[in-house]
Amino acid sequence: MEEQIIYIGLAAVFGIFMAWGIGANDVANAMATSVGSKALTIKQAILVAAVFEFLGAVLAGGEVTSTIRKGIVDANLLSSTPELLVYGMLASLLSAGTWLLIASRNGWPVSTTHSIVGAIVGFAAVGIGIDAVQWGQVGTIVVSWVVSPLTAGFIAYLIYMSVQRLILSQEDPLARAKRYVPIYIFFAAFTITLVTILKGLKHVGMDISLTNSYLLATGIAVAIALFGMVMIQRIKPDPKAEKKQHFYTVEKVFAVLMVVTACSMAFAHGSNDVANAIGPLAAVISVAQSGIVGAQSALPIWVLFIGGVGIVIGLATFGVHVIATVGKKITQLTPSRGFAAELAAATTIVIASGTGIPISTTHTLVGAVLGVGLARGIEAIDLRVVGRIFVSWVVTIPAGAFLSIVFFFIFKTVLP
Amino acid sequence: MLANIFGTSPVMPLEKHVGIAYKCVKELNEFFAAAIAEDWDRASEARDRVTQLEHEADDLKKEIRIKLPKSLFMPVPREDLLELLLVQDKMANRAKDVSGIVFGRRMVIPTSIADEFLEFVQRNVDAAKQARKSVRELDELFTSGFRGAEAALVEGLLEELDQIETDTDDRQAALRWSLFEVEKEYNPVDVMFLYQVIEMTGEIADMAERVGRRLELLLSH
Repeated sequence: MEEQIIYIGLAAVFGIFMAWGIGANDVANAMATSVGSKALTIKQAILVAAVFEFLGAVLAGGEVTSTIRKGIVDANLLSSTPELLVYGMLASLLSAGTWLLIASRNGWPVSTTHSIVGAIVGFAAVGIGIDAVQWGQVGTIVVSWVVSPLTAGFIAYLIYMSVQRLILSQEDPLARAKRYVPIYIFFAAFTITLVTILKGLKHVGMDISLTNSYLLATGIAVAIALFGMVMIQRIKPDPKAEKKQHFYTVEKVFAVLMVVTACSMAFAHGSNDVANAIGPLAAVISVAQSGIVGAQSALPIWVLFIGGVGIVIGLATFGVHVIATVGKKITQLTPSRGFAAELAAATTIVIASGTGIPISTTHTLVGAVLGVGLARGIEAIDLRVVGRIFVSWVVTIPAGAFLSIVFFFIFKTVLP
Repeated sequence: MLANIFGTSPVMPLEKHVGIAYKCVKELNEFFAAAIAEDWDRASEARDRVTQLEHEADDLKKEIRIKLPKSLFMPVPREDLLELLLVQDKMANRAKDVSGIVFGRRMVIPTSIADEFLEFVQRNVDAAKQARKSVRELDELFTSGFRGAEAALVEGLLEELDQIETDTDDRQAALRWSLFEVEKEYNPVDVMFLYQVIEMTGEIADMAERVGRRLELLLSH
C-alpha cells in the first residue's frame, strides 16, 4: 500500500510538472498567433487559453491519453511485472520534462509530444524488450507527425485562397468580409464541436446519437456564428486608419473570426497535449490501484482535470511572458491570414485528438503557416528556421528515449 | 520559436525607401531654382539636403538587402524585389549626381531656357512622385495576393506613370532643341555639360518608369 502511494505521488508530481511545462511553453505558440495579429490582448489570450485549454483537456483529451497510457507499450508482456510499467512511465515523464527544460533553456524548438513518445518507446524497447513496443501503433504515430503538418498546410492553403478570391481581391472587400466571415465562423465552430461530441464526450460519460450529434454541433455553430455576425455589424470603418492601410477595417472583421479560431486552437491544444502529461500518470494510477497492468478501468476524469489545472497554472506563471514575447514578433500574421492558419491547425489537431493520435501542435501550426505562405499570404518566411524546427524532432526522439532509459534503470534500482 | 519562422518583411521598408528617394529628387526643384537665380548659398543648402537624403536611401537599401537572405520564402521572387529597390535607389543617385555637377561647376543655365528647364525638372519630380504612389500600394498588393481590384488599381497608377515619363521625354527633346538654338552664344564646354545635365535629369523619370516596370513584373507573377 505504501509503495502505491509513493508511485502515485511521484507520478502526480512529475505529471503536474510536465503539464506546467506545457502550459508555460507550448501554449504560447498556440496563442501567440492571436496576440501577434492583435485579435486578442494578452489578458484576453490568457483567459481564452485557460478556459479552452481546460475544456479541451477534459472534454476531448481522453482518446490521446488512452493511447499514451496503453497504446504504445504492450501491456500483456508486463502482467507478471506491473512495477516495470510504473518505473517506465515515471521515467518517461521525468525524461520528457527534463528534455523540454534543457531545450527551452537553449531555445530549441522541440515538441512535447515527440519527447514523451520517444521516452516511452525508449524505456519499453531497452528496459523491457523490443517486443514490448507496439510498433504498429508507433509507426502510425510517426507517420502522423509527417502527415499532420502537411494536412494542416493543405487546409490552410485552401482556406486562405478562398479568402483571397472571395474577399481580399474584390472591389469592396469590407462588404464581402461582412458577408463571408460569419460562414467561416460557422465552419470553425462546427468542426471543433462536432469532433468533440463524436469522439470526446464518451470519456466524460455522455453518449449522444449520431444524428443528435450533428444537430447539436450545427446548433452550437449557428449560435456562435450569429453572435459573430452581431459583433461584425458593430464594426464601423475608421477613415483615418483606412487611409494608411486600405484593409484596416477588413482586418477588424477578421479579428472577430480570429477570436473564434483562437478558442478552437486552445481547445485543440488542450485536447491533444494534455495527454503528454496525463497519459503516463493515468497508467501509473491504474497499475498502482489495481495491481494489474492493462486493467480495463476507465480513465478517471479527475486525472484529466489535474492535467487541465497544471496547464493553466503553467500558463499563468510563465506562459504570459512567453506569449507576450512571441506575440510581438508575429506581426506579419494579420487576422485574415492568422485565422486561416489557426483554423487549419485546430481542425487537424482536433481530428487527431478524436482518433487518439498524439501529434505536435507546434509542427502542425508551422505547417499551416507555410500553407498560408504558399497561397502568397505571408510576406516572408525564413525557411532556415522552418528546417531547424522539423529537424529538431529527429533529435528529440532519441534524446527523450535515452534519458528515459537512464531514469528507468535508476528507478528500478532505487524504488521499492 | 514559432515567431522566428517569420522573416523580416521587406514591404514597409521598400515603401519607406521610395519615400526617401522621392524626397531627395524633390529637392531638385529648389536646387535648380536657386541655381538659375545664381544664389549659390541657397543652392548649397539644397544640395546638402539632396546628398543627405541620398545617403539615407543608401543606408536603408543596404539594411533591406541584409534582411533579405536567400532562405526567405516570399510570394514574389526575391530578385524582383531587390531589383525594385535598386531602381528606386537610382532615382536618388541621379538627383545627387546632377546636383553635384551643376553645383561643382557653378553652372549658369541660360535665361532663355530657364522656365522650360524648371518645368522639365518638375515633371521628373512628378514621375518620382507617381513611382512613390505606386510602390506605396505594395502592402495592399501583398494582402490581396497581387490580383483583383487592387492589382487593377496599381495598373492604373502605372499607366499614369508611363504617361508622365513620355511627357518628360517630349519635354527633354524640346529642351535640347531650345538649347541648341542658343548654344553658340555660350562656352562650348559649358554647353556640353548642360546637355549632360539635361540627359541625367531625364534619367530620373526613366528610373521612375523602371520602378513601374518592376511593379508590373510583380503583378504578372
